[in-house]
Amino acid sequence: MKRIQLYHLAHSRAGDKGNRCNLSVIPYRPEWYPVLLEQVTTGAVFEVFQHKINSHQGVESVTRYELPKLPALNFVIDDVLEGGVNEGLGLDGHGKTLSFLLLQSMWIDVDVYDKHKG
Amino acid sequence: MTGGVHIGSGAGFAGDRFDAAGPVVETLSNLQGSRYLIFEVLAERTLAIAQRLKQEDSDKGYSPWLTVYLHEVLKRCYDANIKIVANFGSANPRAAAIEVHKLASTLGISDLRVVVVEGDDLLENYSPEELLAVPCIEGTSTDGRVLLAANAYLGARTISDALGLGADIVLVGRTTDAALVLGPLIHEFEWSSTQYDLLAAGTLAGHLLECGAQLSGGYFADPDIKDVPRLHEVGFPIATVTQMGDIELFKATASGGLLNRSTVIEQLLYEVHDPARYLTPDVILDFTGVEIEEIAPDRVRIFGARGQAPTETLKVTLSVDGGWLGEAEISYAGSNALARAKLACDILEKRQLILDIQERCRIEILGTTAVHDSDSGALQELRQFDSNTEYRVRVAIRSDSKDVALRMTNEVLALYCCGPAGGGGVRQNISQQVSTASILLDRERIEAHTRVHLVHPSKVET
Repeated sequence: MKRIQLYHLAHSRAGDKGNRCNLSVIPYRPEWYPVLLEQVTTGAVFEVFQHKINSHQGVESVTRYELPKLPALNFVIDDVLEGGVNEGLGLDGHGKTLSFLLLQSMWIDVDVYDKHKG
Repeated sequence: MTGGVHIGSGAGFAGDRFDAAGPVVETLSNLQGSRYLIFEVLAERTLAIAQRLKQEDSDKGYSPWLTVYLHEVLKRCYDANIKIVANFGSANPRAAAIEVHKLASTLGISDLRVVVVEGDDLLENYSPEELLAVPCIEGTSTDGRVLLAANAYLGARTISDALGLGADIVLVGRTTDAALVLGPLIHEFEWSSTQYDLLAAGTLAGHLLECGAQLSGGYFADPDIKDVPRLHEVGFPIATVTQMGDIELFKATASGGLLNRSTVIEQLLYEVHDPARYLTPDVILDFTGVEIEEIAPDRVRIFGARGQAPTETLKVTLSVDGGWLGEAEISYAGSNALARAKLACDILEKRQLILDIQERCRIEILGTTAVHDSDSGALQELRQFDSNTEYRVRVAIRSDSKDVALRMTNEVLALYCCGPAGGGGVRQNISQQVSTASILLDRERIEAHTRVHLVHPSKVET
């Protein structure tokens, strides 16, 4: 068993609508999808973004959608943009850079890992 | 793929490259069948600014970039019978049409058919009070704010109606971005309003094309992890769609970029929430059965979109006055730079207290994970940073008062003489803001006012 940064297993793009952010998580290899399904949970994603989520909903702020045919996961996080483009004070009101925070912050246990080269 | 309609993207957002459409037009010119070029350049906020310009001058309020984008391609499209569908209309499609006729006349085209779509501007038929009273589904609170613009997202049917008038170019204001693609498909294939799976396929093609190069390698590159060749001349995407809703995606020939399963999946899920229910005025699109097949280098086939009946409401963007945003930055570099930057932050916090500025203010150090951090700086406290490299202190404040925004950001400027040693490169910017919120309104009442109109060149003053 190895611990691998999510960054090496998947890629991601962030999008925004108001104060809500969506993040895709797309495995570089389809065979990694089941591992991501098991470990990239709403709870794990909530932990990464906890410092930015301004809501009493806790982990309920995060919704996960599964797309096994692609395969990919899609996360929607409510109230994560500190007001977004409307009210936010940070440099990235759209949250466009958050995809790389997710990929950097999460570590995944995998049985077999051959380094992916895209 | 034979018998298909070819639709290329010429721009995917309001700041997109002005010269991207050329290679797309070149590629479209060499294809058989009906061909279209779309431009999506209308951000939510842009509309409010355009509305303000229109109120000041009834000949203004359309996209200021219209001529810049069209200048190189209008004649080539006209000569090759490539139709153009674009949201250059912004708050004033008729004025945009007159500008297009002026451009056409300088290019030696005398009989261009320019058709505008109107009815998205709800200030024509609703009072601000009525609109502000509707509960918001997302975005800012509109309480006590001045309403600047209210625009409904119209669907593709109005664009197909406009093409039905024999348009060479259709100018719209606010429609869904995907409608720029679905409209031509409805016009060409006469898809009915209940052929939901076909409407879903057309919407899928539109969703994928609407951000231009984001489908074909733009916003994808991560060196040594996922490389993209020649982004400086990235090829914008083109979709070929058949009567049965089969879609092939490729990009302008002899261009840079990359279009494969990975780039398409990133864009497929971009700004998507529930992938089983992507709401548009034309159809509810279900992405969950979508599959992507690489059929040649930089060419994929995509299929499996499903659709169901759209909702009885349309989404409306309300733009309200958003006060002022003040931002200022100063750099510290070299020995002990981090400590000097921290001292600058400490001084700024104390100055805010002395000046009795109550507004929420963000004071941060760029280079210490600030972009990913929250206003409270929780993230940077968990990490260590190099003391002796370079950092940039940044202040941001929002206020209804321009003066307050100015006074707080002036404190960064004052660090030149009153702050830590070696600060440099101050930049200060105060800008007026537009905030947006979304509401839902009954579609029948909005659609009763939508109309298409052929604008004649005779109205052009010479």
